[in-house]
Amino acid sequence: MSATTKTPTVPEGRTASQASPVARLLGDRRLPVLVTAALFLAMYITGLGRYQNYGFTEPQVFLNLFIDNGYLLVAAVGATFVIMSGGIDLSVGSVIGFTTMFTAWMVERQGLPLLLVVPLALGVGAFGGFLMGYVIHNFEIQPFIVTLAGLFLFRGLCLVISKESISISDSSVSSLAQAQAQLGIGFLSIGAIVALVVLAVAFYVLHYTRFGRRVYAIGGNEQSALLMGLPMGGTKIAVYTVSGFCSALAGLLFMLYIQSGDPLHAVGMELDAIAAVVIGGTLLTGGSGYVLGTLFGVLVLGLIKSLIQFEGTLSSWWTKIATGVLLCAFILIQRAMTARKQT
Amino acid sequence: MAEPQPVLEMTGIVKEFPGVRALSGVDFRLFPGEIHALMGENGAGKSTLIKVLTGVYSLDGGTVTVDGKSVLFASPLQAQQAGISTVYQEVNLCPNLSVAENIFIGREPTRAGRIQWKRMRKEAAELVDRLGLDIDVSAPLSSYPLAVQQLVAIVRSVGTGDSDGEGSGTKVLVLDEPTSSLDRDEVLELFRLMRQLRDEGVAILFVSHFLDQIYEICDRMTVLRNGTLVGEHMVRDLDQVGLIELMIGKALDQLEELHEHQLRSDVGETLVQAEGLGRTGGIAPFDLEIKKGEVIGLAGLLGSGRTELARLLFGADQPDSGKVTIGGKQVSMSAPNDAIGAGVAFCSENRKAEGLVPDLTVRENIILALQASRGWIRPIPVAQRDELVAKYIKALDIRPANPEARVGQLSGGNQQKVLLARWLITQPQLLILDEPTRGIDIGAKAEIQKLVVSLSEDGMAVLYIAAELEEVLRLSHTIGVLRDRKLVARLTNGPEITTSRILETIASGEHQ
Ligand SMILES: Nc1ncnc2c1ncn2[C@@H]1O[C@H](COP(=O)(O)OP(=O)(O)OP(=O)(O)O)[C@@H](O)[C@H]1O
Ligand SMILES: [Mg+2]
Repeated sequence: MSATTKTPTVPEGRTASQASPVARLLGDRRLPVLVTAALFLAMYITGLGRYQNYGFTEPQVFLNLFIDNGYLLVAAVGATFVIMSGGIDLSVGSVIGFTTMFTAWMVERQGLPLLLVVPLALGVGAFGGFLMGYVIHNFEIQPFIVTLAGLFLFRGLCLVISKESISISDSSVSSLAQAQAQLGIGFLSIGAIVALVVLAVAFYVLHYTRFGRRVYAIGGNEQSALLMGLPMGGTKIAVYTVSGFCSALAGLLFMLYIQSGDPLHAVGMELDAIAAVVIGGTLLTGGSGYVLGTLFGVLVLGLIKSLIQFEGTLSSWWTKIATGVLLCAFILIQRAMTARKQT
Repeated sequence: MAEPQPVLEMTGIVKEFPGVRALSGVDFRLFPGEIHALMGENGAGKSTLIKVLTGVYSLDGGTVTVDGKSVLFASPLQAQQAGISTVYQEVNLCPNLSVAENIFIGREPTRAGRIQWKRMRKEAAELVDRLGLDIDVSAPLSSYPLAVQQLVAIVRSVGTGDSDGEGSGTKVLVLDEPTSSLDRDEVLELFRLMRQLRDEGVAILFVSHFLDQIYEICDRMTVLRNGTLVGEHMVRDLDQVGLIELMIGKALDQLEELHEHQLRSDVGETLVQAEGLGRTGGIAPFDLEIKKGEVIGLAGLLGSGRTELARLLFGADQPDSGKVTIGGKQVSMSAPNDAIGAGVAFCSENRKAEGLVPDLTVRENIILALQASRGWIRPIPVAQRDELVAKYIKALDIRPANPEARVGQLSGGNQQKVLLARWLITQPQLLILDEPTRGIDIGAKAEIQKLVVSLSEDGMAVLYIAAELEEVLRLSHTIGVLRDRKLVARLTNGPEITTSRILETIASGEHQ
């Protein structure tokens, strides 16, 4: 290579922003979140128009979305970490079910104070996640398989505790469940507030800590992340630990919401969580997305439920159908986006 | 001259992969403040030595000492912490993250655990600037071409440990073929930076198949052949001919042949006719005529639109204007399939992202395009397939010459050869080669160029893109000159066309 060129490198030849506006929009990572947010708004406005005489205009209807879906939001935030790192966690629903069972049993049957049971339950969930992460990383087994095992394990443990549901009459639980934070226009439950705090913390962690950026890096290209000298193992294990912790916390919120423990609580909720994450714009292959998108994903799912309730005549199975349709639509959007990136 | 203590010393290194002994008893040492070339043919074991050193692969034998202390790195992270930063052969960054993050991830500037994004972007812009690169560091890495990504990887390795006072600072910088996708100017910038680091006392390990570059920048070199050490020499004591003989293990005479090779002078009738073909943001509308048996070389700087032009002719990007006729028939060019159907083959410059399937075998990778063009219901007869594959493995000297080997386990240069074989085997009418000799050793490069000449003699039209102007000049009947995403000139090759003439055309950008 002895040819020398005298002209300086041509900077304009290599700037990123030469694509057409449509292409640029399609290439923008924020697009899916914006689409979801817009969808939520459109649905909400439709609801305002259609059911204005039935009380949909009450701000409390909006706040109820958070109250009724707080546990799902927490679980979905945990799932966001896992999916962002390119993995999957199928044990979410089981861990939630187990946590309701575990706390109900501890509080009701063993008479332990809630204050002690809560950290214990969170610890068990986090530890379960840690174990799954450890196995995934150290034995290089598909997360799908390992967390599927976790799903069966925790569901089984529910039944080991008791085959029947345990309703909770403990006074500290019911006072917590009934506590309301007044906002002027309405109120939020403890569960909703906890969920929002979890969301804020997750946002901070994913965007402003090294750990969070490692999660993105591993999701982007695991092999590269390794060669770039990032501590892969630790990050992966931590991601599943976070998910386990979030699932347990979601379980506690669910327990507060339902006020019972039942071995069949939250069956299949991992799928709702994953759906919320995907509708929120996080790429199932990892590395791209925002936890704020997950919030909108959860809100959209919640809004579908409440719209169908307001409609009154529709069976609740329409919720599932609508979720399915949305999921397909969003996966198609993701596909279009990744296809663009490859060219 | 009393030799100082080496900063890095590897002795008796052995590395075995199932069925291959990639390194057998290699010694290697690196002194502070030197640029040391690691030389060898494709598959000689250069990258493997680097990966063993930096903890990507475990060691099967031998010892490594850094600053006199015996070490054993279990991961690239540990190597980095010990002051060894590495740019591996293939760009290994995260395409989904921004350029700034790719440079800093793992050591982002933080205050109380909070990443300082502003500061990070500012420092990234400064580091990028040091390499003479003018890019937006907040854009995702995937929005930039390969060469820029390569430079970003270099910036990352150079920046490791120096800005935030963490770690011990870079003592050893390892660059495995950093220049294969760079243009001359960028190479010069890189060399400037390397010299500066060397003068600061950093030891640099440099791998390249461009001998001129080795002689320009390196002080000392170690030559490997088939996983064994051939020797360590001062660069000034060994001339190019001697070096090549050490690398290939035999005297070179057939390498020279090509230089006297005559291009076939009579080209056939028109094969491809592009009229007003263009794409906004890609390349301005151009007319191009390609005749049967003609080799058209594209010359231009990086980002001048060379690859974009080729991609339009292959239907990999959709044109917004113009039309293409191939063999007298208009072809819609809305997808690569149309082009393949019309007899066009495209060997992409980005073998990692768009080319090879690392988990399939060499044979499967080679027949992929041929099989696709026949449709899946008509499999190629086994005997014919094996014969074809064997023929191209031999013609391109793919090593190991084992059709069952997994492509991901081949050395970088050999992977490139597999990609080339895939398209040659389809016997296209027009073969588009985008940087076909990237990362290929000097012997194989001559082989490939010879192959191009003989293909053109058989009537195949070839569109040849290469960063090296000599290469373009040596092979082409016609040279298309690009500048600022425009085809500015078409020169018919002849004695009066020289590299400096082409450079002038690029610089002036005028039609002649
Ligand atoms: N992961 C692996 N598994 C099996 N074999 C491998 C693996 N990596 C490398 N090899 C083999 O080891 C040998 C040395 O390969 P290496 O990549 O070190 O060559 P190289 O000198 O870097 O060549 P190039 O110039 O083409 O990059 C080759 O025969 C290759 O096929
Ligand atoms: Mg190599």
